[in-house]
Amino acid sequence: MNLLKIPLIFLIIICVSCTFSDDSEKEIKVGSKKFTESVILGEIISQLAASEGAEVEYRKDLGGTRVLWNGLLNGDIDIYPEYTGTITQEILSNKNITDQSNLPEELAQYGIAISQPLGFNNTYAIGMKRENAAKLGIKTISDLKNYPELKFGFGNEFMNRGDGWPSLKSAYNLPQQNVTGLDHDLAYRGLESGHIDAIDLYSTDADISYYNLKVLKDDKKHFEDYFAVLLYRKDLEKKNPQALGTILKLEQSIPEQKMVEMNAASKIDGLSDSVIASNYLKETLLINTNPVKETFLSRLYRNTLQHLFLVVISLSAAIIVSIPLGILAYKNQKVGHLVLGIVGVIQTLPSLALLVFMIPFFGIGAVPAIVALFLYSLLPIVRGTYTGLKDISRDIQESAEALGLTPFAMLRLIEIPIASRSILSGIKTSAVINVGTATLGALIGAGGYGQPILTGIRLDNVGLILEGAIPAAVMALLVQGLFDLSERILVPKGLRLKENN
Amino acid sequence: MINLINISKSYGENHAVRSFDLTIETAETTVLIGPSGCGKSTILRTIIGLISPDTGKVNIEGEALSTANLVSLRQKMGYVIQEGGLFPNLSAEGNVFLMARYLGWDKDRIEERIDELCELTKFPKDALNRYPIQISGGQRQRLSLMRALMLDPNILLLDEPLGALDPLIRSELQQDLKEIFSTLGKTVVMVTHDMGEAAFFGDKIVLIKDGQIIQEGNISDLIKTPSNPFVTTFINAQRNHLEIIGDI
Repeated sequence: MNLLKIPLIFLIIICVSCTFSDDSEKEIKVGSKKFTESVILGEIISQLAASEGAEVEYRKDLGGTRVLWNGLLNGDIDIYPEYTGTITQEILSNKNITDQSNLPEELAQYGIAISQPLGFNNTYAIGMKRENAAKLGIKTISDLKNYPELKFGFGNEFMNRGDGWPSLKSAYNLPQQNVTGLDHDLAYRGLESGHIDAIDLYSTDADISYYNLKVLKDDKKHFEDYFAVLLYRKDLEKKNPQALGTILKLEQSIPEQKMVEMNAASKIDGLSDSVIASNYLKETLLINTNPVKETFLSRLYRNTLQHLFLVVISLSAAIIVSIPLGILAYKNQKVGHLVLGIVGVIQTLPSLALLVFMIPFFGIGAVPAIVALFLYSLLPIVRGTYTGLKDISRDIQESAEALGLTPFAMLRLIEIPIASRSILSGIKTSAVINVGTATLGALIGAGGYGQPILTGIRLDNVGLILEGAIPAAVMALLVQGLFDLSERILVPKGLRLKENN
Repeated sequence: MINLINISKSYGENHAVRSFDLTIETAETTVLIGPSGCGKSTILRTIIGLISPDTGKVNIEGEALSTANLVSLRQKMGYVIQEGGLFPNLSAEGNVFLMARYLGWDKDRIEERIDELCELTKFPKDALNRYPIQISGGQRQRLSLMRALMLDPNILLLDEPLGALDPLIRSELQQDLKEIFSTLGKTVVMVTHDMGEAAFFGDKIVLIKDGQIIQEGNISDLIKTPSNPFVTTFINAQRNHLEIIGDI
């Protein structure tokens, strides 16, 4: 088989997979951040909208405020739960909004509306293990000043936000140097294991009682109010006023204690988010909804399809682009340095950063994830092609030239077949990296095996983490096996033989 | 006939070939000889257009070699190098018929030609479907010659074709090659550094040093009327030790 046909095959694969992909526009697109409370609120919103007969797409566990805000702005998300403090401190931090009552006006400039508060204030707090705080006699944040050796572990957002660590440090004049930024859910585990002495908390976290934590008093009233609200696109009022009206019944309907209970039901009792949401709606708003019950197998099937979709499309596109780029790099030294330099730089970008960079251009969901994975897959294939061609001996090249073959015929008949092993091994490397990196796609709403991993980390549920991690590992192994097999078909026999004299 | 007119080629400070003029007669075997780095391979590679000279031009049977006619002129020349330069991805047969198939010859014509060439070069037919890595050095050179002769070119260029072979195989191939050259009556240009080989093959021997011709003529011209002491030095340096012992 001629190796030049490969790009063509992958082009066909892309076209076929695109026709299978689900690109129908759902009526209402709901989003949530990747912590339990946000996921439950998103679930409640989704069920309310569905109860009005709207078709709902719910993208949960998205990786950070920026992802959701950008998604809201470009229409990939219609509505999601947010906190007033986050809007002033993070989303609109450059506007220095001091009075939260100005928010509707400020947000309207972006075509975004804000609901009345849902009824609870989930502000930031600082927490320590109860026995540790008692031993040191720490009751307030001011008390921390006397213990400079304490180790802090704060959520990544908290490390940077306006009212986060930098301003907390200066407001209380805190001396601690040992401060680590990490995932909020992992911070709890660090506290439990004793690697960290104090962390940032959300005041409605179920973990406060779960881990038996002491919430330190914010004696200087540093933290702002974080009233839960809904942010939604203004055009939702026209698109589906009925569903929006029902969703807005949530205003002033969730007291703080209720939210803590729901968080605990998820985190401690292990109830599914959709059951918790459904129970809440039944009890409080007397609305009956059908919680989605997905079996393990149907979840696995869906995740596998989504993951394969990301990998197959991005890898195919990378192959189609990289092989010609590799050839170009080989034919022209100057272009070669430039091409290898650029794809090399792309490869050094942290994959999470690359994913987030894509959001302003491609929104959220599968498209930005595919573009990021595509960019990520370029280097190994370009390099494999370039090296494979460059390593062909001068004798062989000159013999081909001297025969009177045109440059293209030389490439097709001699050079590419000889470089095929190197090209294939580049593709194999890309594929395996791609399968692993695609798990991060869930952070920007692309689904796949990353989804159960994210939920598993959030709920401290190893089973769920493995539900994503094991299939991802198996897929990587299968992909590797597939390419090992294809070597036997695609690499010419003469290159696979060993010298026998 | 091949005419090299005022060919110069330098790599930075190093002048590989300087104002080189040479006429290569049709149906003769011309041997380019000289010490390592004298420019003899550069001349051969210039003839087939692998090197483009800084000045001067090459005429192949009256046609000046240029980028426009490079591909078509190359198809009228066969080129064999020391290690064969065989394509490892293709079978022995695949190497030989590559160009014929590329140019659209039909199957029967290809098979017929390969049969002829096997006979001519004494390449075993049962090894035709082997790969280059599976055959011996001597056979590789026979195969490389078959590939060069496939399109029946008028000109055959050989760059140290026997240089990598052990003495027994080398001497056997020398005999066979000479027979082939005389059977085919082609214009042959061979590069070697071995005076014995040059004397054995050459209708004309061109002795080159530092990118310039020192003397051209047949072997007895070079021995009897050397143009320069270097000619004698070069010839004597290569006299076989056994021959010297025999002289005593």
